[in-house]
This record gives sequence, structure tokens and C-alpha cells, in this order.
Amino acid sequence: MKSAVITFPGSNREGDVIRALRQSTGHEPSSIWHQDTELPKGTDLVVLPGGFSYGDYLRCGAIASRAPVMDAVRAHAAKGGLVLGICNGFQILVESGLLPGVLMRNAGLKFICKMQHLKVGRADTAFTSAYNEGQIIKVAIAHGEGNYVADADTIARLEGENRVAFRYCTAEGDTKAGNPNGSLNDIAGIYSEHLNVLGMMPHPENLIETLVGGTDGRGLFESLSTLRGAA
Amino acid sequence: MKARVTVTLKNGVLDPQGKAIEGALKSFGLEGVDSVRQGKVFDIELSLTDKAEAEALLKAAAEKLLANTVVENYRIEILG
Repeated sequence: MKSAVITFPGSNREGDVIRALRQSTGHEPSSIWHQDTELPKGTDLVVLPGGFSYGDYLRCGAIASRAPVMDAVRAHAAKGGLVLGICNGFQILVESGLLPGVLMRNAGLKFICKMQHLKVGRADTAFTSAYNEGQIIKVAIAHGEGNYVADADTIARLEGENRVAFRYCTAEGDTKAGNPNGSLNDIAGIYSEHLNVLGMMPHPENLIETLVGGTDGRGLFESLSTLRGAA
Repeated sequence: MKARVTVTLKNGVLDPQGKAIEGALKSFGLEGVDSVRQGKVFDIELSLTDKAEAEALLKAAAEKLLANTVVENYRIEILG
């Protein structure tokens, strides 16, 4: 399982993701700069970490999605390679066209930084095989623009093709009551058509140690660690 | 040549910022405000002299970067 983590100017969670990948895979991920034009040979997984690339100027993720390295990421995804975008990484994925929809300002207008429960969608993907379908996990959210919006056809397609990866919920699993930002259908994360690209607003990489709040985020990285040369 | 690209949210897309501004205006007691939608204005200086060429360039700029056409519309004006 060879992974690469991309840093854009203004990314700030790349260290957390690198640590989570190192912990679960036992391998050191490659660090890639946004101006690089190719990924290391044999890369299975590319991660776009959270942060505030380009200061969130214009629209969150808009400028980063046009960075030179994104052509390589698009080519990697087109070959079936795995791509994970977390928080700002999710915003970059929708801006780059790798995932549908858009992330708008939170409905309550506030930046939200708190612990958040999620309901896991399907558990048969590269990203969620260590979870159970419908499992409720507790991770962190920290975003001002996480309000997932897409047209009715896109939402119907995501639901029909079972591509909602995670939904916000309460500790008891109530999705409507647990939606913190107004996202349509309480969507916290979605897959691409072939399930090889995952974008999610919450931060599983920050919940991998009992000392700092819990280990519910580990499942995602453990799922990925079981893959071998998937690309 | 000077140009202006105006980017606005498409109808039906919820605009929480516009709503907050609308609420603030109403709270000032400004009578007659029905609704507010927030957008963006880009004033662009071009080294081109041909109007058609400028419009083609601005269209590319708007679609490639300035607007997210999933939720936004854009309008191009050549200001002379």
C-alpha cells in the first residue's frame, strides 16, 4: 500500500494524515508538493489533506483544484487509483470535477469545530471495509463550508448508486437531528462512480489515539492498509 | 481594455450569506428590502484590443476558474 500526501500552500492537516497512514500501513507516505507534475511510481492512494489552500480565496479549493499536480491526480483516478480528499481536500475534489456537487457556506454561517457522529454507508469499499454498514462512529469536524449541495438529479443518482459514504448523525444515529451544516440528505462524504475516489468533510485522521478523543477514525486507514497494489 | 466579470449564485441555490445580509438590512429598519443575493465582481485589465478575442478569453477565465458553474452564473462586460 503506497500512499502519497499532497501539500498545497495553506494545507495544514498533511502531518495528521501522514501519521495516520504510517500508523496503519507501517509505511512512510510520500510527500508531494502542489507544483509536482507526477506521482511516485506505484502510488496506490493519493490524499488531499485538510486546511485552507490559498487562504480559501475565490472559493474553497478552487485555486488548488487547478494546481499542476491535479492533472496527475485526475489521471490516477481515471486509471482506478484511490483518491481520498478530507475537508479542504473534499472541496478541492468537487472543484476539480472528480466528485459532483459543491460545498457551500454552513447553513448557520458559523465555522463549526466539534466532535461529530457519522453513520457509515456501505462497508464494501476500499475505504470502509474495516467498518460495518450503518456503524456509528465519532470523529471531528472543523469547517466553515461543508454544506453539501447538488442538483436533484445528482442527489438522486448518488442515493440510487449507493454512493453516500458517510452521513452526519447524533450519537443515537438520527441523521436529520445530527446534521450540523445543512448538507442535503445529511451528506458528510461521497464516492465517485467507481468508488475509488472518496471526499469527506470530517477528519478521521484526528481520531486515531485514545489519548486524544478516540480511535473511531482508524477504521478508514486500516481499511486502506489491507489493500495491495490496488491501482 | 477594461472588463468586468460578475458572478452570481444561480436561482434556487441557498445563499446563507445573502440571507444574513438581508436580515441585517431589515434590522436597520430599511423599508422595502425584499431579498439579498451576494455575488462577486472581477475587474480585469486586458492587453487585447479585439473585442471578440477579449470576450472569448473572459469566457474561458470565467468557466475555468472565476465561476463554479455547478451553482454560479457569470456575466461578461467589456467596459472599454
